[in-house]
Formats: sequence, C-alpha cells, structure tokens
Amino acid sequence: MVARTVLHDADITRALRRIAHEVLESRRGDGRLVFLGIPTRGATLAERIQRIVDEIEPGVSSAGSLDITLYRDDLAKSPTRTPAPTRIPSEGIDDAIVVLVDDVLYSGRTIRAALDALVDHGRPRVVRLAVLVDRGHRELPIRADFVGKNLPSATSERVSVRLSEIDGVDEVTIEP
Amino acid sequence: MHLLSTRDLDRDTAIQILDVAEDMAQTADREVRKLPPLRGKTVVNLFFEDSTRTRLSFESAAKRLSADVITFSAKGSSVSKGESLKDTAQTLAAMGADAIVVRHHDSGAAHQLAHAGWIDASIINAGDGTHEHPTQALLDAYTIRERRFGHEARGRDLEGMRVVIVGDIVHSRVARSNVWLLATLGAHVHPVAPRTLLPHGVDEWPVTVHEHLDDALALAPDAVMMLRIQSERMRDAFFPTAREYARVWGLTAERFARLGPDTMVMHPGPMNRGLEISSEAADSDRSTVLAQVTNGVSIRMAVLYLLVAGSSTTDSGEGER
Repeated sequence: MVARTVLHDADITRALRRIAHEVLESRRGDGRLVFLGIPTRGATLAERIQRIVDEIEPGVSSAGSLDITLYRDDLAKSPTRTPAPTRIPSEGIDDAIVVLVDDVLYSGRTIRAALDALVDHGRPRVVRLAVLVDRGHRELPIRADFVGKNLPSATSERVSVRLSEIDGVDEVTIEP
Repeated sequence: MHLLSTRDLDRDTAIQILDVAEDMAQTADREVRKLPPLRGKTVVNLFFEDSTRTRLSFESAAKRLSADVITFSAKGSSVSKGESLKDTAQTLAAMGADAIVVRHHDSGAAHQLAHAGWIDASIINAGDGTHEHPTQALLDAYTIRERRFGHEARGRDLEGMRVVIVGDIVHSRVARSNVWLLATLGAHVHPVAPRTLLPHGVDEWPVTVHEHLDDALALAPDAVMMLRIQSERMRDAFFPTAREYARVWGLTAERFARLGPDTMVMHPGPMNRGLEISSEAADSDRSTVLAQVTNGVSIRMAVLYLLVAGSSTTDSGEGER
C-alpha cells in the first residue's frame, strides 16, 4: 500500500507559523506562554512553535516537554513502556498560559493523560491545545484550540508525522 | 517478571532501570510527588529479617507510585509459629498481591518464591542470605553514574571506571550484587578484604582482588565502597580486633586525605563510624551516603514500575524513547 503525503515541509512550516500567530492573538493581557510538547514529536513541535513566537514577540514564552507515560489509562493492559523525560521551564507553570502541543489528535486519551500530568506540576491560568493534525475519532470530550490541518480519516488508516530533527524529513503521510 | 539477582541482568536492562530511575528522581521536586501507574496494585513487603531502611525505601517507592502497601514482618507473625515460606506465599497470593518484596535470611529464598509455582506475583529480592541484594547494587551504580556524569548520565554505562569494594566480601550480598552489575556495566571492580573475609570462588569473579586497602587506593579509584562490618563477625574471629581492622582496612581520616578530589566514598549504611569508615570520610562532600538513600527510592520506583505496571513483556512503546 502506498502512503499519500498530505503535508509537505513547506505546509508544516506554514501551519506552525499560523498556529504561533493564533496563540499570540488569543493571549490576553500579559500572560506568560509555556509550550509543553508531548514526547517525542510533540516536544519537537513545541520547540518550533515557541521559536516562531519568540521571533514575533521576544521574551514572552518558553518551551518544554511533558511525558504522559505514567498517566496513561492503558498501562496495565499493554507491555511496560519506558517513560520519556519531562522538562518544565524553570519559571514553572503556575499562572502561565500553557499550550499543550502534540503531533496527532486522535482518541483524545493522550491529552486526558497530559491534563492529569499537568496538575501535578502546578496550576496554569489556562490550558490550550495545539496539534499539527486532527484526524477525528475522539473517544473523550476533548478538542483542540489550534489545528494545523484537519484530516478526515478512517480508523483503519495510519497517519504518520515525520520531523526533520528526528526522522530527517518533514512530512505528514496517510496510508490505508 | 522478577528481579532476583544482578548476575542475570543484561546491560540494556540495567541501563533501562537506571534511566527510568532518573525519570522517577525528577518527580521528587514537583508540586505533587505522587504518580499514578500502580493505582489498584498491591505490593507486599515480606521481611523475614529486620531491615528498617530497605523496608522504608521500598514502602515509600511503592506509595509514591500509588500502590497499596502491606508490610508483613516475620516478627510476631505466624511465620515465627512455624508457617513455611510456601504457606505464607499462598496466603499472600490469596490476598491478591501483585508484587512481593522479600528479604530472607536464606540464600535463594527469593528464587524459590519466584519459581516454585506458589504465586504468580512479581518477586523482588530485597536481600537473601549472603547471595544478592540487587536494588542496592542498582542504586550504587546509579549514584556513581549520577556523580560522574550529572545531567548527561542518561543512557550511559560505567565503562572503564574503577570501583574499590572494601570489607566483609564473603558474607556480603551487597558486594556480590555490585560485582556482577558493575562488571556488566563495564567497570573494573577491586574487592579488598582480609583473606578470612574473601569467598572461596573469588578467583572466578570478574574482579582484581587486593589484600591491602592501600594497594587498591593507589589505583586512584572513581569510587570506594565501604561495607558494614557486622559485630558477630568479630566474635567469630574473622579478624583480630576492631582496632586492627580499622587500621588496615578502614577508611581512616589519613587514608581519606590521600584520595583524589574526584573519588567518591560510598557506604550502604548503617555505618560503624571509627571501624570501617571515619567521620571525616563519612561527612565529607565526597561521601554519597545520603545520596544513596535518596537514589534508593528512585531505583525501587523504577523497578516496581517496570515489573508491576504493565502486562508481562517489555517494550519501549511505539518506538518512543
């Protein structure tokens, strides 16, 4: 089966730029922005978005990662997973505008786990969600505030995000 | 899955445990320290031998992971009325134990518990006779790695590092577990002891044995690990007098002063100050004694998480690391 590329590198860059602008627009007052990516690729995307935000408005944002392995709801049913590191910026997340960043939004279970993990680190003023691809099929009442691309898909299809920092290439593909 | 010894631990698994322990350690400075992965699981501390430190360390590790913890101490229990290990195991199985942390005076007790078919819980050896004490060795390796590499420790082994282990090697499960694990991680291990406190098969161990502490210290080791001298060994005349032991094999203030600035001083605790270790060495900033206690909780959290949280097999999850 052939994989179809739905986002090329230029599309990804454009989507992240748009998300960065939207996040800044939605930021009310003097709120400090903390982009927390969900490892592995969400963390890379969070860094990229934060760099763009920092170019537009320097000094108002920081980036980190939030591992959700220990908060998954399917831990007991699957083989043990090795956690990934969590990196919270030194200023913390109390009273900050936290933007969770992930590559693909699907069932919503990862984000549910991320919200649980987040409250153990502090109390943000507000939590938003940014994703590169929303492929639908939610199993929980969760939706994204910032979406790079809405990608209607069948549950049998496989959506893969590849990023140059990790995979050597920027692209989003879908395969049957 | 069980953790019975470090001898059968391969390098990748050992490093995985150390890396997960780093993640666990990271959670110690969060606002909420509790983690949810063992919610609804029951961890039993089964201690046939007194060990307040090890028991508290496992207890706090299990609680930090949200497990329910039951402590079964042999003193004052039906074990002292002659209930066998088998009966005890079956009782715990009937109570729904997911993991059993066992400390026993007989070598091989943990192995028997794991393989006799009495119970299918994960068994973690917290010290069996003079055989092994794997989590102590893991926390020692973690401590050495953390001291040496700091934030760059993740994924590394101890290749080329020299570790001197001094004291009662023959009766020490801590020494045995450390010998196997440190060798697997690429370190050179140098046991030092009076001949009477060296085991028979020591020639087959992957180590270089020394009879005199000064010979080993001349190698400029990365770590010097002092073992506790039990008072009953003295009664049994393994060495002439306490003063003699301290003079020849103790880390005295004078010997400590000769050590390089990068040599760390380790001790599994509790220490006999003035016997195997001087206060100058124990209280210096090169001493890792308190770090070892802290790291012990992280290591035991990692072991409990890896053995108990998931279903039976291990993988790294969707190729994520």
